[in-house]
Amino acid sequence: MENENAIVNNKELRLEVKNFNFYYGQVHALKNIDLLIERNKAVALIGPSGCGKSTLLRSMNRMHDLYPGNRYEGEMILYPEKLNIVSPKVDPLEVRMKISMVFQKPNPFPKTIFENVAYGLKIRGIKDKDLIAQKVQKSLENVGLWNEVKNRLNQSALGLSGGQQQRLCIARALATDPEIIVFDEPTSALDPIATAKIEELVNVLKKEVTIVIVTHNMQQAARVSDYTAFMYMGELIEFGETKNIFTRPSKKLTEEYITGHFG
Amino acid sequence: MLLRPKSRTIRNLKEFLIEKILFTTAFLAVVITVGIALTLFTEALPFFKSVTLKQFFGDKQWSPLFSDPHYGIWPLVTGTIVTTVIALCIAVPIGTIMAIFLSEYAHPKVREVIKPLLELLAAIPTVVYGYFALLFVTPLMQKFYPELSGFNMLGAGVVMGVMIIPYVSSLSEDAMRAVPMALREGSLAIGATKLQTSTQVVFPSAFSGITSAYILAISRAIGETMVVTIAAGMQPDFTLNPIRPAETMTAYIVQVSMGDLPHDSIGYKSIFVVGACLFLMTLFFNILGQLARKKFWKAY
Ligand SMILES: Nc1ncnc2c1ncn2[C@@H]1O[C@H](COP(=O)(O)OP(=O)(O)OP(=O)(O)O)[C@@H](O)[C@H]1O
Ligand SMILES: [Mg+2]
Repeated sequence: MENENAIVNNKELRLEVKNFNFYYGQVHALKNIDLLIERNKAVALIGPSGCGKSTLLRSMNRMHDLYPGNRYEGEMILYPEKLNIVSPKVDPLEVRMKISMVFQKPNPFPKTIFENVAYGLKIRGIKDKDLIAQKVQKSLENVGLWNEVKNRLNQSALGLSGGQQQRLCIARALATDPEIIVFDEPTSALDPIATAKIEELVNVLKKEVTIVIVTHNMQQAARVSDYTAFMYMGELIEFGETKNIFTRPSKKLTEEYITGHFG
Repeated sequence: MLLRPKSRTIRNLKEFLIEKILFTTAFLAVVITVGIALTLFTEALPFFKSVTLKQFFGDKQWSPLFSDPHYGIWPLVTGTIVTTVIALCIAVPIGTIMAIFLSEYAHPKVREVIKPLLELLAAIPTVVYGYFALLFVTPLMQKFYPELSGFNMLGAGVVMGVMIIPYVSSLSEDAMRAVPMALREGSLAIGATKLQTSTQVVFPSAFSGITSAYILAISRAIGETMVVTIAAGMQPDFTLNPIRPAETMTAYIVQVSMGDLPHDSIGYKSIFVVGACLFLMTLFFNILGQLARKKFWKAY
């Protein structure tokens, strides 16, 4: 495929998923996935419930290592390091330092707002108070939360609204300068206004960081992503530029899914 | 309408009854506690007809049954505090570490074996612990430290600490396991280690439950009777030195109750006075613990 080669040659490639398979014990959840993710672009993963979107996303962050019996097969190569992030030889900690994750339900820690954002820095052994304060402010500014919380940084994060909590979780993931942030349906627990804010945020963030986002909402995929991957029953059916996928998909299944005439 | 609600009066009556039953049950607990406290205090009051408060709080000796009686409460207080502190120094760190291990690290199969074993520790009669302290732990410590007297607060406190480990570990573990997996994932997902996640996210998230465990442990240690009666000696001594023998409040109560005391004797009355002090001390630490918990909740 010329397109792929172009990306590789431009050195704009960030993550290359190659012949990737995933197993929950005996359950073969992902089958021969191939995917190229370009630097500082947003990729949307769409598909019906149970098709494996979360499984693929969580593989990128090595979250499956937490539970016994899970197995990765194939490669996911992170560029420019050329690091196969799903290799058992690679330390999941190293992967998670480069690729952080934002979850479906906001999960702030029962700490202060400041401590939540500073957490990732502190666990990396950063002690410089000024640097931490600076990073915390910048991350909160990036997620548009700074003005809302700057006077209550030392109050509990649990006192924030759901949308604010989710933006706080994004700030927490941003503070450590990850190369990729993966989002698993980050707005499904939020109201339309909070959702709009997060979508806007994703559009801003992708200037600095590569984004992979799972969503059930077609409009959302269309609004925030540059590329879209359509998955079905553990397989990647179609992958391409979002505008092409939504206007003239090449596969019948994709068309049926995005037009809502599924099954 | 197909689904008609049941008659409203019946529904209201039912709700009313249930609410009253729940209230009565909760109220009963309060009544019992207040009743016990009242009995203690009314029985304790006559003591102060023959002993002044100045003697009670000013004297440094406690020997109400001697021909030269002294009525200073402090020796019993120090005995109780020293043994309790030693016990907590053992039970709180070990119990907490065990809880973290069982909740965050142990394979489910390992946990299934260790947890019941640990809870068995709490099922051993305390008199056995008492003799364990007296006949095993103290002689063992004397090998390293010959000056240690045969009865001492150190051995008793240490054994008491071991005894209350399960109270700390079991409740703390339950509290930590109740922390949602999403919080652990949130921490690990941005590159935290398991240890960082356990100590910096799971532990503080469970802190409210863990304080309850600590409060229970303190109450247990203050109220523990057999171990200190057997192994700490029954000689009231105003000292904070753990290698010395001493007497706790509980041990004193056992000691005088074993003798034949006339109803109106000062010895008999002193039982209730000491009992009331014990009650107040436990109450004090309970309130302190609750305050600590509230403060923490407010901060986070
Ligand atoms: N822990 C597990 N053990 C076994 N099978 C699992 C496990 N988790 C997920 N699966 C299976 O893997 C498949 C993919 O699940 P996944 O959660 O990735 O779907 P999804 O596309 O994210 O769905 P949704 O849109 O509902 O979130 C499903 O068939 C699911 O039943
Ligand atoms: Mg999912």
